[in-house]
Amino acid sequence: MDRRNFLKNTALASGAFMIPAFLKPLEALATGSLTGYKNLVIIQLSGGNDGLNTIIPYGNDIYYQKRNTIAIKKPDVITLSDMQGLNPALSSLKEIYDQGWMGIINSVGYPNPDRSHFRSMDIWQTASESNQFLTTGWIGRYLDSNCSTCKNPYTAIEVDDTLSLAMKGSKMKGIAVEDPNKLYQTTREPFFKELVHDHSDANLSEDNLGYLYKTMAETYSSANYIQQTSKTYQVTGQYPATAMGNQLKTVSKFINSGLQTRVYYVSLSGFDTHVNQQNQQERVLKIYGDAVAAFIKDLKNTGKLDDTLVMTFSEFGRRVEQNASNGTDHGTANNILLFGGKLKKAGIYNNAPDLSQLDNGDLKYTVDFREVYATLLDKCLDVNNNQVLSGGFKGLNFI
Amino acid sequence: MDNLQQIKHLYARAGFGLSFDDRKRAGNSSIKHAVNALFRASENEEPINSVPNNIDYSMLIKGDKDSKKQLLQMQRQEEKDLNIAWVNRMSTTDAVLCEKMTLFWHNHFACRTNNSFYAQQLNNIQRANALGNFRDMVLEVSKSPAMLQFLNNQQNHKGHPNENFARELMELFTIGRGNYTEQDVKESARAFTGWGFNKTGEFVMRPFLHDEGEKTFLGKTGNLTGEDIINRLLEQKQTAHFICTKLYKYLVNETPDEVAVTAMTDVFYKNNYNIKPLLEFVFTAPWFYDGRNIGNLVKSPVEFLVSLNRQFYITYQRPEVLLQFQKVLGQVLFYPPNVAGWPGGRNWIDSSSLMYRLKIPSTILNGGLIDFTGKADPEEEAYIAANRKQQQFVNEKVQSQPDWDKFLKTVPANVSKQEIAQFILQPQITKTLSIELSNAADIKTAAIQAVSTPEYQLS
Repeated sequence: MDRRNFLKNTALASGAFMIPAFLKPLEALATGSLTGYKNLVIIQLSGGNDGLNTIIPYGNDIYYQKRNTIAIKKPDVITLSDMQGLNPALSSLKEIYDQGWMGIINSVGYPNPDRSHFRSMDIWQTASESNQFLTTGWIGRYLDSNCSTCKNPYTAIEVDDTLSLAMKGSKMKGIAVEDPNKLYQTTREPFFKELVHDHSDANLSEDNLGYLYKTMAETYSSANYIQQTSKTYQVTGQYPATAMGNQLKTVSKFINSGLQTRVYYVSLSGFDTHVNQQNQQERVLKIYGDAVAAFIKDLKNTGKLDDTLVMTFSEFGRRVEQNASNGTDHGTANNILLFGGKLKKAGIYNNAPDLSQLDNGDLKYTVDFREVYATLLDKCLDVNNNQVLSGGFKGLNFI
Repeated sequence: MDNLQQIKHLYARAGFGLSFDDRKRAGNSSIKHAVNALFRASENEEPINSVPNNIDYSMLIKGDKDSKKQLLQMQRQEEKDLNIAWVNRMSTTDAVLCEKMTLFWHNHFACRTNNSFYAQQLNNIQRANALGNFRDMVLEVSKSPAMLQFLNNQQNHKGHPNENFARELMELFTIGRGNYTEQDVKESARAFTGWGFNKTGEFVMRPFLHDEGEKTFLGKTGNLTGEDIINRLLEQKQTAHFICTKLYKYLVNETPDEVAVTAMTDVFYKNNYNIKPLLEFVFTAPWFYDGRNIGNLVKSPVEFLVSLNRQFYITYQRPEVLLQFQKVLGQVLFYPPNVAGWPGGRNWIDSSSLMYRLKIPSTILNGGLIDFTGKADPEEEAYIAANRKQQQFVNEKVQSQPDWDKFLKTVPANVSKQEIAQFILQPQITKTLSIELSNAADIKTAAIQAVSTPEYQLS
C-alpha cells in the first residue's frame, strides 16, 4: 500500500468526526507531507445577501418592528445565543456551529459604503478605499507579493469559467478551473500544443507577445498539473446536487489530492432580493448551507479541516427596514461567516449589530473588512498583510 | 519598413485591422494619402439609432407587476440591441477611424446607465465629437442625462453639493490626479449645482438650485459656472498632456514615451483641443512606425471580435452571442466596470480569457459549439433573484456565417499560406507557426490557424 492510499484509508477508517487520539499525530504528519499548506476557501455571495435574515437578531424587538412580514418568526429561528440565531434554511450548519467550526463576525463594512453592486463588489475584491479604483485584486496582490509558494498560477484557483478581479495581480494571476478535465482537453489541442512548445523562440521576452506566450505556457502546464494531481483522489463525502455543491466537491478533490494551492474562490448568486425576499433568500441560503455543511464534514473526515479556513462574504448587507414589496434594498454593513477546524474564537465573534443606532436607516460597520483580510493574510496565508493591503491593518483574533 | 507594413500598422491602430479588400483599395499610396483617406471615410458618420425613444416611465408609475416586468424586459432588450448595433457598426463601417476613436472616448468618459436611450445619446455625443473638438465633447458629455445621472449631478444642489461629478471630471476626464486640491473639488462642485435633466432627457440648468456665490477654482475667483470650470481646466496645459498620454497608450504603446507625448501635447494645445490635427500628427510621425510600436498592443475584447468580423465578413444568426463573447472576455460595451473604465493592456489577459480568445476564432469560423457558464453580472442579480434562475448554463451553437467566398476572392493570387498569415498578424510569425502553416490543408485552414494564435491578440 503506498502512502497516499494508506492515508486515504486511514482517514476513511476514522470515519466520523471523532478521530481516536492515537491517530492524531499520524494525521498531522499526513496533512503536512501532502501539501504542507493551509488553504483559504473564499465564498462570494453575489447580489448583496441580507445578513439580518441570515444571522437573525431575534432578541431585538426593533428587528421585528422594521420587518413586519419578512422577519423570521422567533420559534423558527435556530438559536445560537440569546440575541442571534440562524435562518432555518441554514439548519445544516447548526451541527457545524455546535462543533466549534463556525464563526460569525458581525457588522463588517468600510467607510463611505457604495451601494452599487458592481462598485461595491470591486471594493471588496480589490480591498480599495471606497473612492479608489484599483485594477488588481487582493488575492492577485498576494500572488504578486514575495510569498514563497506563489510562483504558480494554481496557487489560487477559482472554480469557475472566468476569473474574478480578486484573483488578478499585476504580475501574477490565479487560474479559473471549472472542470480540470475540460481545461486539460482544451489546452491539449494539437495546434496549441505545438505553439506552446515554441518557448525557445524569442517570444518569451518581456513584451506583450512574451507575456501572452508565458500565460499560455503556464495555463498549459497548470492544466496538466491540476488534472494529473486531482485525478488521484476520489471524493467520498456526500454533496448536494447543486452547482455550489459540485464546486465545493471540486475544491475538496483539489485539497485532498494534495494540490499545492493556497486559495480557492467560489461564488453563488441570487441574493438581490428586492421583491418577495423570503422564499428566494431561503432557497439560496439552503443551497449555500447544505453545500458548506457537506464540505466541512468531508474535510473533517479527511483530516483537512484544521488546515482549511472558509470565509463567506457579500458585497453589502441590506437595509434594516423592509420595502413595500416584501423585499429589502441595498444596504451597508454585513456579517462574515467563517468555518474551520482551528478557529481561535468560534461562535459569535463580536456584538450583534446595533439596530437602534442606524446611519440613515443602515447598519454602521464596526469591523473594516480589510482587517478580516489582514488576519487571513497574516495567519492563514503566511504573508505580511502590508505587502497586499495599504493602510496598516492590525488584524483580528479569530484564528 | 515597406509600405505594406506601414499601412497595416496604420489600419491596426487607426481602425480594426486591414483586410485584403482594404489593401486593394489603398494600393501603394503614401502614408499621408492613406491618413487622409481614413479621415475622409469618417467625415459623414451617422449616429446610431437603435433605441427609438426614451422609456415610457408611466408603466412604472402604474406600478402593477406585469407592467414592471414588461419594462424590465424592454430595458434588457434595448441594452442588447444597442450593444449589437454598435458592434455591427464597428464591424462593417468604412468610417473605422471615427469608430475606433468613439471606442476610446467610450472608455474615457466611462458611464453606466439602465436607460439605453441615454446610453445611446452619450455614445452619439462621443461619435459626433470623436474627431472634433475635445472642449465641445467635455461640455456635451457633462450635460448628458447619462453622465448627470451616473455621477449624481442631478443631486448637486445649492447648499448640499454632491461632489461626485466635479471630482471625476478632474481626476479622470481632464487634468488628472495630483493637479488640483480638495478645495478645488469643493468649489467646482458648487459651480455645477443646478445642472440636471428633465423628464424628456434634455439638459436643464435649474437656477433655483444653482449656487451663485463666489468661488475660487485653480486660482481664479468669481461667480463661476460649470462652463467656466471646464474652460479653466482646459486652460491648463496639463489637461492636454493627460489626454495625450492616454491616447498614446491607446494608439501607440502602453509605455508612454515622454518626448512623443510632449510633442503631441503641444499640437493638441496649440490647436485649441481639436482632435483631428493631433491624430494627423500621430499617424504621420516617424516614431509611430518604430519597430517597437508594431504589434505590441493587446487588443481589447471588442477590438478582437471586430477585427475578426471585419477580416472574414462574419454575420451572426443569433447576434446575442456577441454579448456572450464580450462577457466571457471581460468587456461588455456600455458596461464599464466603473467610472475609470476598463484598465486595458495586459489586464485583458488571464489564463481563461486567453484560452477563450484562442478558441473563439475557430468556433466562429467553423460555426461550432461553445459553452458559456461564468458568473452573473452584478447588475443582473435582481433579475436572477426575481426569476429564481440559478447560474445560467448556455451551450449554444454559435451559428455564425463567415463569408469565405468573399475572403478567398480578395486574397491575392500566388501568395503562400505564410504570407497570408503574416498579412493577418502584426508580429513576425515564428518558425513553429510557419511549419504549422505549411502543413495546413488549405488557405482556409491556414487563416483559421493564424487567428487562433497569441500573435492575433496583438495589434
